[in-house]
Amino acid sequence: MSDTDIEIIVDDPTAPEDDSPAVTSGRAVDAVVSLLLLALAMTLGYDNWRTGIAWDATGPQPGYFPFYLSVVLAGASLYGLLAAFLSRKAAEPFVTRAQIRRVMAVFVPTLLFCLVTQFLGLYVASFLLIGGFMRFVGKIALWKSLLTAFVFTAIMFVTFDIMFDVIMPKGPLEAALGY
Amino acid sequence: MEAFGLLLHGFAVLLTWKTLALMMLGLVLGIFVGVLPGLGGPNGVAILLPLTFTMDPTSAIVMLSCIYWGALFGGAITSILFNIPGEAWSVATTFDGYPMAQQGRAAEALTAAFTSSFIGSLAAVLLITFLAPLISSFALKFGPPEFFAVYLLTFCSFVGLGREAKHKTVISMTLGLLLAGIGMDTVSGQLRMTFGSSELLRGINFLVAVIGLFGISEILLTMEERLALRGHAAAISLRVVLSVWKDLPKYWMTLLRSSVIGCWLGITPGGAIAASFMGYNLAKRFAKDQDSFGKGRIEGVFAPETAAHASGTSALLPMLALGIPGSGTAAILLGGLMVWGLNPGPLLFVEHKDFVWGLIASMYLGNVVGLVLVLTTVPVFASVLRVPFAAVAPMIVVSCAIGAYAIQNAMFDIWLMLGFGVVGYVFKKIGIPLAPLTLALVLGSRAEDAFRLSMIGSGGDIKVFWSNYLVGSITTLAIALLFWPLIDKGLGGVRLLWQPGKV
Repeated sequence: MSDTDIEIIVDDPTAPEDDSPAVTSGRAVDAVVSLLLLALAMTLGYDNWRTGIAWDATGPQPGYFPFYLSVVLAGASLYGLLAAFLSRKAAEPFVTRAQIRRVMAVFVPTLLFCLVTQFLGLYVASFLLIGGFMRFVGKIALWKSLLTAFVFTAIMFVTFDIMFDVIMPKGPLEAALGY
Repeated sequence: MEAFGLLLHGFAVLLTWKTLALMMLGLVLGIFVGVLPGLGGPNGVAILLPLTFTMDPTSAIVMLSCIYWGALFGGAITSILFNIPGEAWSVATTFDGYPMAQQGRAAEALTAAFTSSFIGSLAAVLLITFLAPLISSFALKFGPPEFFAVYLLTFCSFVGLGREAKHKTVISMTLGLLLAGIGMDTVSGQLRMTFGSSELLRGINFLVAVIGLFGISEILLTMEERLALRGHAAAISLRVVLSVWKDLPKYWMTLLRSSVIGCWLGITPGGAIAASFMGYNLAKRFAKDQDSFGKGRIEGVFAPETAAHASGTSALLPMLALGIPGSGTAAILLGGLMVWGLNPGPLLFVEHKDFVWGLIASMYLGNVVGLVLVLTTVPVFASVLRVPFAAVAPMIVVSCAIGAYAIQNAMFDIWLMLGFGVVGYVFKKIGIPLAPLTLALVLGSRAEDAFRLSMIGSGGDIKVFWSNYLVGSITTLAIALLFWPLIDKGLGGVRLLWQPGKV
């Protein structure tokens, strides 16, 4: 081995445990998704039927093509629903409790981020998300978290709003700063 | 050779400092994206797409395709050094690549991987250079029925040849086609499936859906897994590179076989994963000592990498020539083309010569530059993995949101992205494939237009899809592919009847 060899070790102390109990089985989720898709197919199918699924002088009406697609979607979802109920395979867990905790640890902040973006603008939300996530989920030192959040947000601002002229949603803070 | 002259012209378009700088930037970003957990080719391209909105199309596509090459190279780094395949098609690379790294032959394995990626892509680019102009000039004669037949063929081959449960592929595809239909109907101008919402009036933007489906959902999925890793990153010395290259001729058969498999499977949709496994399995079957595979044999790296890259690259062939993407990433590039105001399809070769040949030339150049770049900078990129995921994840989320917002300057799209993120997460967990949905979303409105135009032309007669030999054979082939599993079973039965003694 050469002397430039570097060892890279990354640990994951909050990794989900392997023996965590399942929250729900894959089959149950399969059934629920099939039901939702069936409902969606029926809603869309109805709307297209209302728009017009027949033929008129200029060819098929606007609802024609999507109506039959909804029919196919409904058929495939029904099949999926039946397959989920009739499946004899042992139920595999869809997600374990430890896993869902970690997924929520990302999903909830992302949801909050979208909310904050709506009211305070994207850059403030970005700073809060990165800083907060690193500090509270990643347990990284406060100054590192805030510095990273600030530098990343600043780079994004310069790259998009100034260099490439791609304008992002802004809030009161940017307005106060004159942007 | 006309193609050769045009290619030279393409290089001339490309060889400016600005384009070369963008190429380097794209490659670095791409490798970065390929190395990071929870990101990969399609995600990287989707997230970085907004960067290119204000560029001219040629610079934009050069940068995007370089991100793609970079991501492909980057995937090999994590597979070999850490046994973490960044993409499904890198799985086969870990079989022999990781054992090699453990035996202290990481540099050798990486060189082999990068070199074979280069060879695979090169084979596919050569194919594109000479075949794409032919196909597109042939396709110029296509009318709406022919185009609809080709779209039908694409969709049917996903259902018939895909390895997922058939009904799940159908669900994914019809959902994509339906979502593509939301908004203003292009033929009659009537509103469809908007339910009175003014936000849905614009329709569901393909790129917003992709950023959610691939970017956000991938972050959620990555968090489920254990993110610990352990490995060595070694710099690659020139001596190792040369010694691997010196042995290359010995493996010409493996390389050739994998290139052919890759090119073939790449043109048919969804092929890169199948290609890498098939390349690996065939190399193993034809080897004299099969037992040494999986224990760190260099051919076990050559075979899947060549095939995966050949197929990843040749997936761009149908996109350029016909406007039909052969892979998820190609679909995203196609979405990009439409943002820049280019209409993908055979006319591209006539109306935008600079663009097409610039892109093809950038495939050659991007691969050469990429090869040199990865060979020299592996340790730097491997150390990227030291950055904690808790820092990377929120940055990716922010980048996704910027990307989604930038497309139409709509806050609603950020929410849509989040929704698609959840859908993508659930779909991936229960085995509904996302590639057909992506493809259907991007092709949906054009497939519908082609269908309606042919119906209007024929006065509502469905026989228009069998009105001449060309369209008739494509349509028939499409339907045959749709029922391929049944036909295959049937043929197997017939074969058994013929040869009752054997088997």
